[in-house]
Amino acid sequence: MGTPKPEELIQKIDLTPQWPGWMDTPTEIKPGNFCWGAKAKDLDGIGFPNPREWNPGEEDWKLPENWKEIVIEGLRERLEKYRTLKVFMDICVRCGACADKCHFFLGSGDPKNMPVLRAELLRSIYRREFTTAGKILGKFAGARELTMDVFKEMWYYFFQCTECRRCSVFCPFGIDTAEITIIGRELLNLLGCNIAWITGPVNNCYHKGNHLGLEPHAIMSSLEYMIDDIEEYTGVKVEPTFNRKGAEILFITPSGDLFADPGTFTCMGYLLMFHELGLDYTWSTYASEGGNFGFFTTNEMAKRLNYKMYAEAKRLGVKWIIGGECGHMWRVLNQYMDTWNGPADFLEVPVSPITGTRFDNAKQLKMIHAVEFTADLIKNNKLKLDPSRNDHLTVTYHDSCNTARGMGFMDEPRYVINSVCNNFFDMPENTIREQTFCCGSGSGLNASENMDLRMKGGLPRANAVKYVNEKHGVNLLANICAIDRAALTSSMDYWVPGVAVAGVHELVANAMVFKGQGKRTVDLRGEDIPGMEEEEEAEEAAESIAVQEPQEEAAGAAGEEGSE
Amino acid sequence: MGLGFSLVAVLTLVLIALGGVGGANLQYLFGVIIPYAAIATFIVGFTLKVLGWAKVPVPFRIPTTSGQMKSFPWINHDKFDNPDTTGQVVGRMLLEVLLFRSLFRNTKTELRDGPRLAYGSDKWLWLAGLAFHWSFLVIVLRHLRFFFADVPVLVQAIEGLDGFLQVGAPLLYITDVVIISAVTYLFIRRVIIPQVRYISLPADYFPLFLILGIAITGVLMRYFIRIHVVGIKELAMGLVTLKPVVPEGIGVLFYIHMFIVSTLRMYFPFSKLMHMGGVFLSPTRNLANNNRRQRHENPWNYDVKVHTYEAYEDEFREKMKESGLPVEKE
Amino acid sequence: MELDSLLSEKREEITREWFNLIIQAYPPDTAKFLKNQTNRFANPVGHAISEAMEAVLGHLVEDRDPADVYRSMDGLVRIKAIQDFTASQSIRFIFSLKEVIRKKAQGQHLSGELLELETRIDELALGCFDIYMACREKIYDLKAKELKSMHFRLLKQANLVSEAGDPGSGPVGGNGS
Repeated sequence: MGTPKPEELIQKIDLTPQWPGWMDTPTEIKPGNFCWGAKAKDLDGIGFPNPREWNPGEEDWKLPENWKEIVIEGLRERLEKYRTLKVFMDICVRCGACADKCHFFLGSGDPKNMPVLRAELLRSIYRREFTTAGKILGKFAGARELTMDVFKEMWYYFFQCTECRRCSVFCPFGIDTAEITIIGRELLNLLGCNIAWITGPVNNCYHKGNHLGLEPHAIMSSLEYMIDDIEEYTGVKVEPTFNRKGAEILFITPSGDLFADPGTFTCMGYLLMFHELGLDYTWSTYASEGGNFGFFTTNEMAKRLNYKMYAEAKRLGVKWIIGGECGHMWRVLNQYMDTWNGPADFLEVPVSPITGTRFDNAKQLKMIHAVEFTADLIKNNKLKLDPSRNDHLTVTYHDSCNTARGMGFMDEPRYVINSVCNNFFDMPENTIREQTFCCGSGSGLNASENMDLRMKGGLPRANAVKYVNEKHGVNLLANICAIDRAALTSSMDYWVPGVAVAGVHELVANAMVFKGQGKRTVDLRGEDIPGMEEEEEAEEAAESIAVQEPQEEAAGAAGEEGSE
Repeated sequence: MGLGFSLVAVLTLVLIALGGVGGANLQYLFGVIIPYAAIATFIVGFTLKVLGWAKVPVPFRIPTTSGQMKSFPWINHDKFDNPDTTGQVVGRMLLEVLLFRSLFRNTKTELRDGPRLAYGSDKWLWLAGLAFHWSFLVIVLRHLRFFFADVPVLVQAIEGLDGFLQVGAPLLYITDVVIISAVTYLFIRRVIIPQVRYISLPADYFPLFLILGIAITGVLMRYFIRIHVVGIKELAMGLVTLKPVVPEGIGVLFYIHMFIVSTLRMYFPFSKLMHMGGVFLSPTRNLANNNRRQRHENPWNYDVKVHTYEAYEDEFREKMKESGLPVEKE
Repeated sequence: MELDSLLSEKREEITREWFNLIIQAYPPDTAKFLKNQTNRFANPVGHAISEAMEAVLGHLVEDRDPADVYRSMDGLVRIKAIQDFTASQSIRFIFSLKEVIRKKAQGQHLSGELLELETRIDELALGCFDIYMACREKIYDLKAKELKSMHFRLLKQANLVSEAGDPGSGPVGGNGS
């Protein structure tokens, strides 16, 4: 955006632009669509190449002389290490099935956001450097020279992909743009060209244990805040432990849930539920991050960060691990962790101490999803639930890209939600489950300087929420991802005001009936639950609700006011 | 650009064959040498390419899951969209290879609105793709009759099915109609759907024209222009028995057909047509989603620099003690 | 009333031509997609355009509820506001309607009515401008909110900031995940 130049203002009315082929369309790096460049101190902190201060908006990116050689050698190396890359470079037939499946294409209208073209960015270079036809026929064979402009174009568009894999579902050969973006970003990292929003958290996480850089005492005081709130709202005093040796279970959740609303409410949900169950579990301040922003830099860095989970489990001598609600965290855990840092022979196959259910599906990883754990509890009637406590909410569920398409974790969360809420409506079929639309801010793109881009990417998802909002009066968007909780809150604020965002365990705890609980008239956000007010206020409140628009009432109750 | 270039290239091939056989009488070159060279290039090239892929490791097990994973017994497992065992992977691959499952996915929901054109173009891509590939396969199998002294029963059965309409003399094969329509559709689609046109390369038009050329010359020979079928069989038998002969009077049209087929074979291993082999090797499709249950080894896994707990405690020991956190070293 | 009947009569034609003008702002491949994909979830932008056009014409022809028009225009301007368009480009769509109608009314001696109609369209354009500004302000508001939320709770915990009698929580956002 920004202030338009005079010549932009004086445009002919019937401007019919000429659009040449994509290779001949230069890429303009537009503010609002890109994130600040990785900072020198962060690159330095994790030992990444080319630490320097630079600005992607400027002409000079301060790359070493032999940058081109580095990229091409990097590509060669990866072609020998990843069959995915090698096969995907060769077999695309450009059928176009993926073209309109990308949320960034749908929201931005920029043809270079069609997944096939994102891959062609890299493929064109591959053909030029590694195929005979490309070397001889050049452009006729779809090959092109790696120039500085092409390199910048790669940077621009690999950071306009959230690695959501929606296109991969529709591809007849399973070509996965996420894989191409992941490897494309690895190449960019060889020259220190990542974004500050990713490398900052990675550096934090490496040294301090979590993306936010919370030191041990800060983690504890964060949770103490929640403990106080929980006691105030429910009358229950929870007592979590930290770094406790000999606990049965280690619990690891994304650190976003430790301090940013509405993630904190999800976190309060875990605390309450585990307390109620009397679970023998511990938090860790060393392995205090479930997410893995390293996954958005290089495979190696992701492994370096992921190392802490098993290492800490071993040190503490726990039997197995529960992981909190997070999207890319679970893609990493499900598809990478054991291969990188396993086998964790020192752990046992997870067995729920409450229900006795043995999680054989996780017998190698020894780590289960919190929602899986809870679904099993509910199925076995181990939670005392009063779903009517959530009756003021009409809920829909957003499948996170990673748990949907990198795991297939779809029915468990729905089962839990349906057990704790009476009003649930799914969004239309082509926008959920394996066809779910990304929140628009995944894979480390949830910075604020690229807000325009995030809103574009968030449009298809928001559009489907708007539909159920209008049709069924949906006022709460549930999800199991920390990035979703932060990003969808902004996205809803822009696209569908009046729809609040919450993690599944917040809903669970709100519906739970606790032993010896006080009179609970408020939810975990400290807001009055309609119909559960103090008796003397009840009548008055009922009247005031009656005069409000139904939608506003629900929205207010669901969260807007709570964030003030 | 890509379109014109590819069309000219294919027309040039036709002229080469026409000139070579019709003008210069190079029957032996076009009937024996080139076909041999082509089939050799195809077999060697295809094998090398597939081996090239196969020797690259699969470091991670990263299937794209397109349905509910195997979970509790009381949750319905979507076996073929999220396979858990090798058998289920085979099922998924069969659905993919035989029925183009992923392309079919395009067609769901039809909540229509808006004043304009009907929805459903995506379904056509699936249908045309399927029709094209299957008819191509049937046609290839039918051609086996030229390479056996006694035509195998299977080939006869296929011919019978293909000609079941019992129209015309010689009998009209359905696949001939289908393949020409499907390829034409795929071509037109590439030209008129702007997104697809935008992403199309010469390498996308060229094989379409080649295949269209093969189909048209084949159809001409079968239905319209008399050729010396017995001579062709003699030539084919000579080729497979490695005793090549070039009978007289086969007709130049056959050599054109043969030359384009040979070009396709030679071009195949170096092109996107290798998706035929690649689809089987795609790690997002051919692996089970069972990492949590079964270990997957990365052959090049290596040790990395990590930040140990000890280093962490060293940095924060005082703060940890102050907050009452247990420490390893006092 | 002649212009009115012209509008009702040629409504379909007007819609079509107006739509074509609107999507000219996009690259042709995108434009064609916007036009042809009618599933509202697979094509949210195209859907928003159709809705806005429908509502604006409905308002001009049938005097439909203005709130309805503003809601639909909001749907479209909200998208334009984040799609790298300038303010003028974002609200141009409403002016292009004038162009279309003028062409249809040519030679029909309707200049008086036409002027009146154009005034009403101008009113809508002004409304679009307000919507556009509100959207851009919202974007900056979101940026500010997210930045604030990243630091607010921590500052509170460090007892660096406090509000009298407020044990409440900070706003939303953050990137720990």
